Amino acid sequence: MKRPVLRVVGLSALGLVLLAGFVLLMVRSGPLAPVRVTTAVVERGAFENAVFGVGTVEAERSYAIGPTVPGRVLAVHVDVGSEVSAGQLLAEMDPVELDARLSASRAAAARAVHALAAARAQVRDAAVRQDLAGRNARRYASLGEQAFFSDAAVEAKRQEADSAGAQLQASRAQLDAARMDVERLEAERAAAERQRANVRLVAPVAGVVTARDAEPGTTLVAGQSVLRMVDPASVRVRTRIDQGRAGGVRAGQTASILLRSRPGLTLPGRVARVELNGDAVTEERIVQVVFDEAPKDFAFGELAEVTIATTRGGDVLAVPGAAVHKYAGRRGVWTVADGRADFVPVRTGETSLDGRVVVLEGLHAGDRIVVHSERELGAGDRVSPVESLAEAGR
Amino acid sequence: MISLAGRDILHHWAKYVFTGVGLGLLIGVTLSMAGIYRGMVDDAQVLLRSSGADIWAVQQETLGPYAEPSNLRDDAYRAILGMPGVAEASNVTYLTMQVRQGERDVRVMAVGSEPGRPGEPPFLVAGRRIARSHYEVVADVRTGFRLGERVRIRRHEYEVVGLTRRMVSSSGDPMVFLPLKDAQEAQFLKDNDAIVNERARTAANPALNRPGVPGLLDAILASQTASRSVNAVLVRVASGHEAEQVAENIRRWKHLEAYTRAQMEEILVSKLIETSARQIATFLVILAIVSAAIVSFIIYTMTLGKVRELAVLKLIGTRNRTIAAMILQQSLGLGLIGFVIGKTVATLWAPYFPKYVLLLPGDAVRGLVATMVVCAIASLLAIRVALKVDPATAIGG
Repeated sequence: MKRPVLRVVGLSALGLVLLAGFVLLMVRSGPLAPVRVTTAVVERGAFENAVFGVGTVEAERSYAIGPTVPGRVLAVHVDVGSEVSAGQLLAEMDPVELDARLSASRAAAARAVHALAAARAQVRDAAVRQDLAGRNARRYASLGEQAFFSDAAVEAKRQEADSAGAQLQASRAQLDAARMDVERLEAERAAAERQRANVRLVAPVAGVVTARDAEPGTTLVAGQSVLRMVDPASVRVRTRIDQGRAGGVRAGQTASILLRSRPGLTLPGRVARVELNGDAVTEERIVQVVFDEAPKDFAFGELAEVTIATTRGGDVLAVPGAAVHKYAGRRGVWTVADGRADFVPVRTGETSLDGRVVVLEGLHAGDRIVVHSERELGAGDRVSPVESLAEAGR
Repeated sequence: MISLAGRDILHHWAKYVFTGVGLGLLIGVTLSMAGIYRGMVDDAQVLLRSSGADIWAVQQETLGPYAEPSNLRDDAYRAILGMPGVAEASNVTYLTMQVRQGERDVRVMAVGSEPGRPGEPPFLVAGRRIARSHYEVVADVRTGFRLGERVRIRRHEYEVVGLTRRMVSSSGDPMVFLPLKDAQEAQFLKDNDAIVNERARTAANPALNRPGVPGLLDAILASQTASRSVNAVLVRVASGHEAEQVAENIRRWKHLEAYTRAQMEEILVSKLIETSARQIATFLVILAIVSAAIVSFIIYTMTLGKVRELAVLKLIGTRNRTIAAMILQQSLGLGLIGFVIGKTVATLWAPYFPKYVLLLPGDAVRGLVATMVVCAIASLLAIRVALKVDPATAIGG
């Protein structure tokens, strides 16, 4: 009789242990278990913020070089990447009929100079004639008074003298006209020369050629470019900053620039200008950031990540951003007291790039708050603080 | 009063317990199946809960953004924000895609949302929220990504800054949250080859690349690569306003489709997962029938195994009620062991399922009741056999 009793006791004990395990499993997992959370203590401290934006490397001063009149490209002397100096000949347009027009202009101008000389001679001739006629008239007049000549003869001489005076005036006017003609034709010649010179496309400043848009033989209309060049001294990153965070950005703030072509290498820079115009469609603000020292090797249009240091606060109450939740229509954080979660509405300020949020009111230094939670919390939920939830796996 | 059932079980306890364990595994499968169905429904609902929206404004005549594609201009939210009863409105994009992680592709739903607006993950289990407007992601732990890891989505590399749990799409794919502008680019901007081809195609079109109109081609090319669309606008209704009324206003005046939470749940639960749910329900019924049949067979063979003992019992004048009670008790005991084992194994193996398995306490209670009823019914056949045993068998042979 002893063995069956032992067996009953043994089996009952085993059953009880298994049942206890089962109950424990049910309570420790699933919806009945307390929510595991990680917590943090609210502290006052320094708060440094920065804003982040994505930009492209651009040159502020870029030049499209092309003809001012329609024409055909004759030669292009430089290629993409060439460094050029100010005034260097970059390309030439086909002058077509400009040379012939220029020589016509020159001939016309030379002819005008001769015409001017002829006009001068005529003036001199007229002056001499007028002088002689004047003297004759005066002589006749005085002799006429003494009745050597008839009145008719005296008047004929005075008329001669008057005509000679008029002719002198006419030839002087012609001289003026000839002078004007010279000026006009000189100007026309200069215009033709300028036009001729204009087919030579020269660099306006020292810089780098970035595009070669036309090849010899291409016909262009006015306004199309043959070459494009930039002034590498004006390289900057045209950065787009989200409007919601752009408020603290000012000219002169330091920035770090990360070029896409060189991951891992941040270049120092600073904000050169915060543009007044924002982008209404993308809801971004444009900020120009310049390099402290322009990099040697980069590409225009290259993507760059820009981080601009903005505010620095000394004695600020900040909490991890993951702790701020929206519950029942209000923003706030969950505090932990006696193993239960309690919701405290807070008013928050700016968010830093490392995810910390400034708390303006609602919390005090020393409060213990929930940062991460295993699932969404409700008021009065039982919580059990743990070191980390990340290792909890699925 | 001694327990006949107990005595008999003690006699063959190993056989009895192992039969119970076998039955338990079967019940575990049945419970897991129910859990899978609950998990599917919960996946659909978690998507709605995590978005934090009261109304989804989507493209007209679509069931978007989860059940059908929907495409809106991303400035639509401003028009909605100005309507009465709207507390918050924000753009979101949803795109199911493969994300490259080292050698492995992970299937995820990429959600583009704006920080601090509806559409953000409501809670994190590690790390922080997205603080930059580009190149940061918050991923669900199911993706297998770790904090600080860099993952590639389309043309950019992103850093994983935070982890969530139970943020899944209606089909159970883990979610990856990224800044809206990056998500728009990932979804609507073409890949480089396509852009280059498209440029060449446009440049070859004489109507678009006209001589004498410098700048026209550039303008057309620039307009082709803009990505200014989103999939939906999430709307949060101000307190004191009816969601249905606000949705009606959006439908009427903004010419968009608008769904309230109840309607969206209807779309997700009854339209999107209906077939899968029916499939699982059918399977569940079959499993229940199989379990009942197995219990019934086991009890029946156990009874047949002790015909001689039953005949002896009858011979010494044991009442039929007592014999029937013994078999019923054994059957119920088997069910109880099976249920405990089943519930335990279901709880233990649930996390290893590729899809979410949600074991509700209510389902467990229902399962217990069903198991007991099935065992009671299954014992009927055995009881009938036991009662028919001829006492003479005890002496004869």
